[in-house]
Amino acid sequence: MAGYLASEGVTATIERGAATAPVSKPASKKPTPGKRGGFLRSSNGKKVIMAVTGAVMVLFLVLHMLGNLKIFLGRDSFNEYAEALRTLLEPIAPYRTVLTILEVGLVVSVVLHMWAAISLARRARHARPVKYVAKKSQAQGYTTHIMRWGGVTILLFVIWHLLDLTFGVVNPKGYDSAPADRMIAGFDLSRWWVTLFYIVAVAMVGLHLRHGIWSMFQTLGWATRVKALRPLAALVSAVLVIGFLAPPLAVTFGVIK
Amino acid sequence: MNLTLRVWRQSGPSAPGKMVTYRVEEVSPDMSFLEMLDVLNERLILSGDDPVAFDHDCREGICGMCGMVINGVAHGEQRATTTCQLHMRHFEDGATITIEPWRAAPFPVVKDLVVDRSAFDRIIQAGGFVSVPAGSAPDAHSIPVRKEDADDAFDAATCIGCGACVAACPNGSASLFTAAKITHLSLLPQGQPERLTRAKAMVDQMDAEGFGGCTNTGECTAVCPKGIPLDTIAQMNSDYLKAN
Ligand code: SF4
Ligand code: FES
Repeated sequence: MAGYLASEGVTATIERGAATAPVSKPASKKPTPGKRGGFLRSSNGKKVIMAVTGAVMVLFLVLHMLGNLKIFLGRDSFNEYAEALRTLLEPIAPYRTVLTILEVGLVVSVVLHMWAAISLARRARHARPVKYVAKKSQAQGYTTHIMRWGGVTILLFVIWHLLDLTFGVVNPKGYDSAPADRMIAGFDLSRWWVTLFYIVAVAMVGLHLRHGIWSMFQTLGWATRVKALRPLAALVSAVLVIGFLAPPLAVTFGVIK
Repeated sequence: MNLTLRVWRQSGPSAPGKMVTYRVEEVSPDMSFLEMLDVLNERLILSGDDPVAFDHDCREGICGMCGMVINGVAHGEQRATTTCQLHMRHFEDGATITIEPWRAAPFPVVKDLVVDRSAFDRIIQAGGFVSVPAGSAPDAHSIPVRKEDADDAFDAATCIGCGACVAACPNGSASLFTAAKITHLSLLPQGQPERLTRAKAMVDQMDAEGFGGCTNTGECTAVCPKGIPLDTIAQMNSDYLKAN
C-alpha cells in the first residue's frame, strides 16, 4: 500500500496539529542538600511545624474550654480554678511557674504557626505569578479557602480577648478583679456587641479547626487509611465551639449572674 | 453548535500574552474538545492566521500530554476526564468558553496553551524509579504483593503526569503528582530499599522547582483525570518525615 502511494507520488504526513516551539533548556534546578535547617526550610517541614504547633493550640483550647465551663459551677469554682492554675506545683516551684511555662509554649506555637503560614503563602504566591482569568473551585468545603484570612481574624480576636479578660484593659472590672467578675461583667447584656464579636470569632475558630485538625493528620501522614478523620475533625471543632459559646451566652442572657 | 472561545494567545515564552476571542461554528456535539480546537485551527490556517498551539498526543486519555484550563477548571468541569476525552455535548450551544494554559511558575508557557512540564521530569529523575537489575522480566508471582497494596499502588500508578493538579492548586503545588509517584513505589516490595531516600529527593526537587506547598485543599484530586486520592499525599508526608 505504501509502495503504491509512493509510486503515485503521494506523501502521507501525519498531522500532529499543535505547532511547537523550541523549548529552551531551563537552568538546572538542584535542591540544596545538607543545608542546615533543610527540613524546616522545605515546604513539607513547614507543614509539619504548622501541624505540631496547631496540635499544641488545639490541646490548649480543649483545656481552656473545660476551664471556662467551671463558671457553671459558680463564681467561686471558676476563681479557684484560676488560682489553682497559678499555684500549680506551688511549694516546689514558685507562684505562676507552670502557667508561665505553658504561656511561653503557647506564644512560641502561635509565632511558629504564623511564620510557617506566611512563608508557605509567599511560596504559593511565587508559584503562580500569572493569575487565571477564570478560576472555579472544585473542592468541597469553603473552609479551606478561609484558612489564611481566618487565621488573621482569629489573631485580632485573641489580642482583643487578652486585653478584655486577661489584662482587663477593655473590661469594665479592670485588671484587679476576680476572673469570674471579669467574665460576667464582660459579657453583660449591655455589652451585647462583645458577645456578638465573640460568637463570630469562635465560629471562625471552629471553621479554621474543621480544616486544620484534619489537615494536621494529613500532614503528619496519619490520614492514609483512616477515613473517619474528617468527621472527627468536624466533631472536635463543633464541641469546642459549643463549649466556648455556652458561658458567654449564659452570662448575656442572665443564666449566670 | 456555535461557540465563542476566549483563548490565551502568546507567541513565545517571553512574549506578552492576551485573551483573544474567536467564533467557531458548526461544531458537532460528538467532537472532543481537541477536535473542536482542530476545527478552529483549520480555519485559522486557511485565513492565514497562526493556529492555537496546544499539547496532545494519544487523544485517548492515557498519555497526559493534553490539558488546559477550561472555564476555570483544569481539563474542564467533567470529572475524571482529560481534555482530549471531554466532549462538546457537555457544553451548551452558543456558550462562551474560556481557555487558558496551566498557570504555574515551574510550568512556563512555551506558546499559547503549551506549557513546559520538564519540572515533572526532573522530579521523576530525582527518585521516581527503582534501581533493580534490568534483566528479563521476572515471573509475575516471584515476589508476593498483598492485594490491597497492589490495588493502591496501581491506583497511584495511573497518574499520567498531566499537571492538572498543579494547575488547579491555589498554591501551585505539585504534591499530588509527586505523591502519586512516591506512593506507587513505596507500596511495592521493589520500592522498599530506596523508599526514604526517594521521598526526600523527590520532595526536595519539587521544592527546588518552585512549586508551592500543599495546604490540603483537595482542588487537585477533584480535577485529576485519574482521581488520584489525597491519601497519597499523606503517604508522601509520612515517608518524607521518616526520611528526615
Ligand atoms: S496526579 Fe492527576 S492531575 Fe496530577 S499529574 Fe497525575 S494524573 Fe495529572
Ligand atoms: S492527549 Fe493523551 S491524555 Fe489527552
